[in-house]
Amino acid sequence: MYMNNYQQEGDYNTSLEVADGIRLKPVNDSSFAETLRKNLFDGWKNTLLTLLTAIFSLFLVYQVVTFVLANSWDVVYDNLRMLMIGQYPVDEVWRLWLSLDLASLLIGLTYGLWKGAGKSVAFTFGTVYLVFALIPWTTLNTSLNLATAIALIAVGYAAGDKVAKLKLPTLVLWALFIPFSLGLLTGFGGLLDPVLSREWGGWLLTVIIAMISIIGCFPLGVLLALGRRSSLPVVKYFCIGYIELVRGIPLIMVLFIGQLLIPLFLGGETGIDNVSRAIIAYTFFAAAYLAENIRGGLQSIPSGQYEAAQALGLNKFKLTFFIILPQALKAVIPAMVGQFITILKDTSLVAIIGLADFLGTARRISNNPEYLGRYMELYLFVAAFYFVFCYLMAHVSRYLERSLAKGNG
Amino acid sequence: MNKYVKYILGAAAVLSLSACASAETEGTAAESGNGTSASGETLNAVMDRGELNLGVNDSLPGFGYVNSDGDYTGFDIDMGKAIAAAVLGDAEAVSYRPLSSQERFIAVQTGEVDVLIRNTTLTTSRDTDVGLDFGPVTFFDGQGMMVPAASNITTLEDLSGMTIGVETGTTTELNLADQMDALGIEYNTQTYDDRNALIAAYEAGSVDAWTTDRSGLVSSFAVLSNPSDHVILEETLSKEPLAPAVLHGDDQWNDIVTWVVYSLIQAEEFGITQDNIDDFMDSDNPDIQRLLGIEGGLGTMLGLEDDFAYQAISQVGNYGEIYDRHLGPDTEFNLPRGMNALYQNGGLQYSMPFR
Repeated sequence: MYMNNYQQEGDYNTSLEVADGIRLKPVNDSSFAETLRKNLFDGWKNTLLTLLTAIFSLFLVYQVVTFVLANSWDVVYDNLRMLMIGQYPVDEVWRLWLSLDLASLLIGLTYGLWKGAGKSVAFTFGTVYLVFALIPWTTLNTSLNLATAIALIAVGYAAGDKVAKLKLPTLVLWALFIPFSLGLLTGFGGLLDPVLSREWGGWLLTVIIAMISIIGCFPLGVLLALGRRSSLPVVKYFCIGYIELVRGIPLIMVLFIGQLLIPLFLGGETGIDNVSRAIIAYTFFAAAYLAENIRGGLQSIPSGQYEAAQALGLNKFKLTFFIILPQALKAVIPAMVGQFITILKDTSLVAIIGLADFLGTARRISNNPEYLGRYMELYLFVAAFYFVFCYLMAHVSRYLERSLAKGNG
Repeated sequence: MNKYVKYILGAAAVLSLSACASAETEGTAAESGNGTSASGETLNAVMDRGELNLGVNDSLPGFGYVNSDGDYTGFDIDMGKAIAAAVLGDAEAVSYRPLSSQERFIAVQTGEVDVLIRNTTLTTSRDTDVGLDFGPVTFFDGQGMMVPAASNITTLEDLSGMTIGVETGTTTELNLADQMDALGIEYNTQTYDDRNALIAAYEAGSVDAWTTDRSGLVSSFAVLSNPSDHVILEETLSKEPLAPAVLHGDDQWNDIVTWVVYSLIQAEEFGITQDNIDDFMDSDNPDIQRLLGIEGGLGTMLGLEDDFAYQAISQVGNYGEIYDRHLGPDTEFNLPRGMNALYQNGGLQYSMPFR
């Protein structure tokens, strides 16, 4: 265990970076036994610690493995559809598959064109599909759909790898993907049978709320951060007021305001369904925090950058958007991605306002009399699923951080 | 403490802080804050919509939950379906709105739901201050106490000095305090957010006893690893009559909900079930004829079709059938009818006469 940590640290932290981004790894020419002795059994204290840790780890692993093997997990696979898509009508599930296929193709294309972090994304998605496709209780139909998605990742990769000209179309497709999928899910405002948002649930609802909030809060956060540093007092104090007000209220309060007070003030038929109200609440809440992250980045830019840009005769707009912001955003990628991961996980709070997201659905299922008392399997599954995607986000952010740092010189 | 008032106060505090609260928003709040609806309004709205908006619980085993196919099911859900069948002729013409206990009353007040049937206890303040009207009690519940059988605890007095587990934010916590204060018993409470966590703590011995509504205690036997090691005390700590609620002011709509529930109880009394209801259509008994709408025109008086009770019973079943389907001997719960038996069997379920 210690040894693995050591090697990882060697990869990420202790490596020396020199100009041109060449990384020097620490020289490690000692033998395996030597490494073991040096890191794990160096004196009686370390030996004792190593043994205790080893015993505890083995005990933990044993317990987890026994738990995993001792349970039949039928509560998870019987309810897999509920967990993934909630009460989305069965007849309309093809729309979700189509969205997933499109996403898979785009992930493949991105991987083929830009390589890098696209690889982890493509492989994580591919693996998740493969695992679900190969689990024996998955229906043939689902397996085939998942196989299609895997094939599309591969096709996308091959196309992206060969044809470099696809970069622009891929970016355009990504930009169109979310509006298109949302349209498809809801039925394009009447073109297809409408599916109301209250029929969304499970992982689908979690992803929709998180994705729109993340995309929505980013421009809002940038504007608020810039506004807070503005020299115009009205803009400045409005932004400060907004940021501090929102940061001074718990997220649950913001959700309650969105969910309970808006309909109370505007009457029951506001025309805004409760999923949208939740998304709006998340977006505005996250924007305030993101703004503070970005402000940190803005403050880290040395004043020489401003002066140099002004000396070149760049106007305020160009100065901000071509010189300052790119550097500032790059500096705060870890903090921003941390915020995004928080949003993804915070979506589970919608359970208290009557929406059934991923965790809320697990909670619902654990209250089905057929599965009373079977909540451990459900919650473990939910935790594992959340972990895979949150870790993927963190991984991609680390990659972005490193690849962008290369250009820094 | 009335939750509604708390939220209004909270809202007022937030809004007075917020710079962006416009005068327009506050104006609308004053108008629609204490909503009541005029007679007939709700029925017309439901008819026009073609769907009943039903406020339900989505995670109470037996009463309201979602099954593996994603369908709402349970005792309360079936009561709502019966109302939809009676009003619209179709038990499936229901649009479900899962509500948390915090938001349930606001959903009624704003008209977001037509009927709230979500294990809501009928109390004076809810009937008056909160602005609800209640239909007949569909389920008589009461708060009970579960203790280990080996503990020799038989009365509440025996719990002196012990630690009792409750769920946070529920009336059970308040009832417990009231009862124990009245008896002058010193005790400790340990609160839990989640029923499963509470049961796990009880089984692990972190708390000596735990309390919730008796229906909840009974259903938890399915979760306990050794159900026979635990007993429920004879004493009850509170009355918990659970009833459907509608917005105060629409008397016609309240009448409809009331008489649909009565029709289910009356049907059980007559022995009319989902399967044999058609045999009763040529019954000579005038009481049955009036119930099923063959004569008397009772449905018209309510503003419904005359066969409203026929629709409810044939599509959902009578009270006993609904009870047995979700709580009876063939279910995990095997909950004795107790107070919920018909009056002639020693229970409290009693339908007013259909005349």
